[in-house]
Amino acid sequence: MTAPGATLAPHRGLSPRDRRRLGRGAQYVVLVAIVVALACLADWGAIKQSFLNTQVMSDGLPRLFTVALKNTVIYTASGYVVGFALGMLLALLRQSSVAPYRWISATYIEIFRGLPALVIFLMIGSLPLAFPGFQIPGGVYGQAALGLGLVSAAYMAETFRAGLQAVPKGQMEAARSLGMSHGRAMLSIVVPQAIRIVIPPLTNELVLLFKDSSLVLFLGVTAAQVELAKFGNDQSSIFANPTPILASGLTYLLITIPLGYVARRLESRQGGAR
Amino acid sequence: MSTVEIRDLRKSFGELEVLKGIDFTVEAGQVVCVIGPSGSGKSTLLRCVNLLERPTSGRVVVDGTEMTDPDVDIDAVRRRLGMVFQQFNLFSHLTVLRNVTIAQERVLRRGRAEAERIARENLERVGLGEKADAFPAQLSGGQQQRVAIARALAMNPSLMLFDEPTSALDPELVGDVLSVMRELAGDGMTMMVVTHEMGFAREVADRVVFMDQGVIVEDGPPEQVIAAPRHARTREFLSRVLHPEG
Repeated sequence: MTAPGATLAPHRGLSPRDRRRLGRGAQYVVLVAIVVALACLADWGAIKQSFLNTQVMSDGLPRLFTVALKNTVIYTASGYVVGFALGMLLALLRQSSVAPYRWISATYIEIFRGLPALVIFLMIGSLPLAFPGFQIPGGVYGQAALGLGLVSAAYMAETFRAGLQAVPKGQMEAARSLGMSHGRAMLSIVVPQAIRIVIPPLTNELVLLFKDSSLVLFLGVTAAQVELAKFGNDQSSIFANPTPILASGLTYLLITIPLGYVARRLESRQGGAR
Repeated sequence: MSTVEIRDLRKSFGELEVLKGIDFTVEAGQVVCVIGPSGSGKSTLLRCVNLLERPTSGRVVVDGTEMTDPDVDIDAVRRRLGMVFQQFNLFSHLTVLRNVTIAQERVLRRGRAEAERIARENLERVGLGEKADAFPAQLSGGQQQRVAIARALAMNPSLMLFDEPTSALDPELVGDVLSVMRELAGDGMTMMVVTHEMGFAREVADRVVFMDQGVIVEDGPPEQVIAAPRHARTREFLSRVLHPEG
């Protein structure tokens, strides 16, 4: 970029400033043209009928929040708790002095990060076949918590590992020099600091998990257990109208956008503190 | 019985031998300053005393307990040894008070009230009684280091280890830390101090040990080692430290 007045030589034709102005003007013209074209081509009556159908919406509206959103939150929260605990365990095993524990952890992380979450959900129902007589407690809720937990644990384990490594070595040394055992020092000093460090990425993981909870629809749920995606899909089948899908999509955004904003805020605050 | 007794201590990091056969003792009540150029092995020697570094060979006996014996409960011995680090290493997620109470509660099993009383006493002792509720990041380096000293003292150690306690401090903050250490020495604490502060060593130390390239070159009272060194290597080091402009 040239500062105004920096070019002393006289211009031939357009000045650089005029050329920039002209280029920007052309981009606006293209944008407006596209918007106008789309607006003319779209059938506004059909859009209102299909996507903003108030009659269809009013039928599902209370249940969208009282059942579907509530269940989505339950599935996400329980999956997150399982994933958090298992992820922390895996991260600690990853640093174990017993080599097989390290291998188990590394293998788990590789496998579960490499598999589509959908495949895990399709297999959850078959789990009792491997352990006759075993039932996942809590029915669909238990299966959802386990499925989402198994998936997110692999990602959270990697996040925790980075967090544990980011705690300065001196913290462990200071704790040990005071007579704490390795385990005690990990528990009281290192892990709490690691968790603080990884709060922003863990918030992002919560957003991802909130979206992944839509996979619960593959577990076969009753009307009372339905979550947002399935609810939208079912309602739109009943009325042969996609309005409910749009509504459930907007409900996801109601949660994911503020959460994403919180995660970015936490991130920048932490960045500033260091 | 000596507080610290070290025999033929060797320590290698891979190919590099950092300590090449150290014999060394600290008697109860003594203040021993260890000086020497960087890379001479003085910090490694200090860290071998509480086994933050595991010796490659040799014996380290602290308070009559052989630290190098694999069957010894190291944590039990470390309880009686205070350590102060160059980088302070305060627990950054805990308040100053909690920094000083946590090991008392978790290691010595003192009750919350007793631990807090002892913590406040020691924070007063280092002149930071009013900072109990602050977090480490809110303190200056010198204040953090004094909290670290209070944290170690709260465990009633029989020996305090200082690893270059003022090297990471801004020059104007060094004095406060040194005066706390001076008082501690005056109270009869057994201390082993790795330092570049020649003034402190000369004034406070009962013995000064000069190390170079993994061996102890000279060991004696400060008026000998600092004021009238016998070895050429000691003289050369001191002239560089005391007259850096050459």
